Amino acid sequence: MTGYLAVLIFLLVGTGIVLFTFFLSRLIRPFNTYPEKSINYECAEDPIGTSWFQFNNRFYIFALIFVIFDVEVIFLFPWAVAYGQLGLYALVEMVIFILILFFGLYYAWKKGVLKWV
Amino acid sequence: MVEAADTGVVFWLLAAAVLISGFLVVSLKNIFHCAIFLVICLTAVAGIFLLLDAEFLAAAQVLIYVGAVSILMIFAIMLTSRLAAHNVIQTNRHAIIAFFISMVFGLGAIALIAGTHIWRLAIETLPADNIATIGKLLMTEFMLPFEVVSVLLLAAMIGAIVLARKEGS
Repeated sequence: MTGYLAVLIFLLVGTGIVLFTFFLSRLIRPFNTYPEKSINYECAEDPIGTSWFQFNNRFYIFALIFVIFDVEVIFLFPWAVAYGQLGLYALVEMVIFILILFFGLYYAWKKGVLKWV
Repeated sequence: MVEAADTGVVFWLLAAAVLISGFLVVSLKNIFHCAIFLVICLTAVAGIFLLLDAEFLAAAQVLIYVGAVSILMIFAIMLTSRLAAHNVIQTNRHAIIAFFISMVFGLGAIALIAGTHIWRLAIETLPADNIATIGKLLMTEFMLPFEVVSVLLLAAMIGAIVLARKEGS
């Protein structure tokens, strides 16, 4: 667990710096608000509509494929750690695993899912 | 080595983070903010896994749940037309009654389990390199399930593409 003490310290210091900066800026900034200050791009064109708009549907399929390959990576992780203690068959197994998934990528490619039109 | 008392403090901090952010997920009015708090909740759960020396589980939690599933949810919210901008009330007029009923069932279930199940602490210590052990088992004893997982993932991917494309075009 000792290694994670550093992680905890990083977490606390990181959060602390952000909170401290916000506190400091609140302390020294002048309070002079008017409606123009709270629009998205204050010193530019007047925006049309709000920043809450519907994003392009195309992003979703990339997110879905990303999730699949993310799960693949989590299987690569223990394999990579144990690889030094395993023989050639481990490499063959992983190649089969990746090849089966690669077929999915090939399918997506052929279907034109990866193309941004 | 971190003292046992310190791990206790860390556990309670993480547990508080899980509970508070979990409560905010089901109570905030802006669904986008709910998704953000879900990320915090899942990260705190990963912290608890680390505390239990389950490093692989913690890594899986961060990579898959924090990194992928919650991102997918945020995407879904942002892609759904104007859902993010709406304030949705998550409760209806039966909220208080529902709270008490679920309290009774929840506490009853906990009392029932605590009364009958004998909790024991893990006596055997985990191997120091438990990720390597998982890797070794995955490559030898659980070889077939491991390869079947890739077929399952392939099926999930093709299914996702088929469904998402029909909707997109």
